[in-house]
Amino acid sequence: MDSLISDALATLLSDRCGFDVVRAIESGSSTTDLWQAIDAAGFADAMVSEAQGGAGLSVAAVAECWMLAGRHALPVPLAETMIVRASAARSGITAPRGPIALGTGHRTASSAVRCASVVGGRTAHAVLVSIAGESRLLIVSEAAAERCAFELDLTLEWPQSSWEAAPRLAMKVDTRLAQALVLALQLAGALDAVFQRSLAWANEREQFGKPIGKFQAIQHQLSLMAEEAFAARMAARIACLAAPGQPSTNTEQDPLAAIDPLRIAIAKARASEAALQVAQMAHAVHGAIGFTAEFDLQLLTRRLHAWRQAAGSESAWHDRLGQALVASPSRLSLDLLRQTTDFHAQAA
Amino acid sequence: MMKTTGVMVNPVAFEGKYAGDGCRGGNERVVDMRSDTPPEHCYPKGLPLSNAAMSQLAGFDPAEIPAEDEALRPEVRAFLAHHLNGLRAETRARSWSGYDPALSRALGARGWLGITLPREYGGSGRSAYARYVLVEEFLCAGAPVGSHWIADRQSGPLILKYGTEAQKQFHLPKICRGESFFCIGMSEPSSGSDLASVRTRARRNDAGWLLNGRKIWTTNAHHCHYMIALVRTSGEPGDRHQGLSQLIVDLSLPGVTVRPITDLAGDRHFCEVFFDDVQLGPEALIGAEGQGWAQVTAELAYERSGPERIYSSMVVFDEWLAWIRTPAGHSASATRLAGRIASHLAPLRAMSIAVTAQLSAGQSPVVEAALVKDLGTSLEQQIPALIADDLASREDPSTVPAELLATLAYTTRIAPSFSLRGGTREILRGMIARGLGLR
Repeated sequence: MDSLISDALATLLSDRCGFDVVRAIESGSSTTDLWQAIDAAGFADAMVSEAQGGAGLSVAAVAECWMLAGRHALPVPLAETMIVRASAARSGITAPRGPIALGTGHRTASSAVRCASVVGGRTAHAVLVSIAGESRLLIVSEAAAERCAFELDLTLEWPQSSWEAAPRLAMKVDTRLAQALVLALQLAGALDAVFQRSLAWANEREQFGKPIGKFQAIQHQLSLMAEEAFAARMAARIACLAAPGQPSTNTEQDPLAAIDPLRIAIAKARASEAALQVAQMAHAVHGAIGFTAEFDLQLLTRRLHAWRQAAGSESAWHDRLGQALVASPSRLSLDLLRQTTDFHAQAA
Repeated sequence: MMKTTGVMVNPVAFEGKYAGDGCRGGNERVVDMRSDTPPEHCYPKGLPLSNAAMSQLAGFDPAEIPAEDEALRPEVRAFLAHHLNGLRAETRARSWSGYDPALSRALGARGWLGITLPREYGGSGRSAYARYVLVEEFLCAGAPVGSHWIADRQSGPLILKYGTEAQKQFHLPKICRGESFFCIGMSEPSSGSDLASVRTRARRNDAGWLLNGRKIWTTNAHHCHYMIALVRTSGEPGDRHQGLSQLIVDLSLPGVTVRPITDLAGDRHFCEVFFDDVQLGPEALIGAEGQGWAQVTAELAYERSGPERIYSSMVVFDEWLAWIRTPAGHSASATRLAGRIASHLAPLRAMSIAVTAQLSAGQSPVVEAALVKDLGTSLEQQIPALIADDLASREDPSTVPAELLATLAYTTRIAPSFSLRGGTREILRGMIARGLGLR
């Protein structure tokens, strides 16, 4: 099932989301055509229960799709929309059909609801905002928006009246945790794409009469990139698997309820560390051409840096994991490693 | 089962940690490497990549330790808690370098040595995952498992795979009882990374084989009963991979001289071994004459991805964690560092288990195993360095327990060996590059 859906998404993104489309949307073009193609094919409803018209897939089953979103630099928040549509449906709320982002809010001095650096905020129609124990669906057009360092993100601020009028979900979604999981998987996909592009470039680019990939210094750089991409991918994948004894899905609750937050901490931390390393090495291997706007590498490496920082950089998640380790009753750190890596395949 | 499982099947040597891993050699001729790696056309030459170009790592799935193997864990943990009671952390940090034949015999009595070997040879016929669980517990507890380590990890499986029925009947039951310890003779004074240049020679004679030459960096040779040595049985060193064979050498024979070498931490675990007209019987040959190179390189992946490539610094990590859990040791920066280290260990464990699964399925994940070892040993080396920075940044370093400092000092000193044993970092990165189609 999961490979069927990810194969279908790969085909769609290849047809409809080339890097020319990514560039155009980053420059302000409409996302309508791209989004309609994605939504019409049912991808945004993949996690909505079958009884409610979706495909009823677990996080593990859509993980490959989220990695594809990273690989293709998809400029709309598809993974986030999947989560929000599923959560909203379980609360009996019909989510808007456009892209939906995730926001973690705080109250300003004037009681406004402010979400800093909403990932994909610029192409989203709505945002699921969590604040003080509750989650509500807010409309982007009602917010005051500020641009962020990354072109597709926005900082949004809604008046209290918008918050009060917005539909409230039955449960609180930990939007920061959910965003971290999405970005860990997207980073894994983007890391792999950057690694593969660097490998292809090393085979193609010739200097001193031979491909630069024949030089040991370049070979070792590419080996290190493969290691980092590989580790990040494994961390992201095990984050999607439920620990033994835990049900993988609970249709009554948050679609992420079965996911151990510590696994997400590991995935986001590891992928964020890898992002920095791989972005640096990719540019080193590519030389000056990789530094141009025209060459596609920058579309991916800009995302590596942006996603590393969004929803908590590695240090934020190291803190979370370290606190759990220090609080652990076991003298063996192996027990925490087992808790965060073991799974039962049939539960996944 | 054992022939295809054996995450720990390792024909290439712990001794190989300081020396050749079989795929080096000055001219980088590697016979068995390319056949298992994807052809270069997997990687498009031009840009942009097609969407069909999926990474070869994409198929590397997380794997699950079966419940029946996981069930060994409480039993082995209780056993170790009893046997290691009172052992200092500084001693436990030696782990698979530590020598304790009584512990080995006790483990043998429980059926925990040669656990993957068939029952008819004294083994337990269990899966590679069962051994994974055992070894993971040994290493994290810091059990001194060095005496049987090589025999259990690689010599036993090698004998099972290549040995005659008589060799299997003779050696395997003793290995499983923890009564027969092996070392691996690969490096020589002039043959380190360039393993194919070995000069130790065995000449066939009426009595069997007459052995002359010497081996070096042979771990625990002074405690071992047998060495499986890679030697030249025909041709000249310039013939490279041709004319090499593996011999089982009884180290008690006349003409064998073992001289321990003191390492920089003051320990004597590796040795120089001299062979002067050592007369071996015809049954010393293991496998086929002239197939020594293929035998030592055939299962390279097996030695690279085991838990010993991740957990060499676990004793000092857990000692340090115990201290930062106390009010005196607690700090926000130490907590962050603990999380950072754990965030690297967790995916490495999943990667190591995934390689075990591929090996169990009869695949040959050469590149993945090299990736795991390079990443794992780099982390093993970083752990003592990062902990030292934390401890030495404290306002009052006198509050740090002496045993923690001693454990840290030991681990810091031996850390360079982590990325030498089992194939150096430089060799591994070359292997990865080869797997990626770059050479």
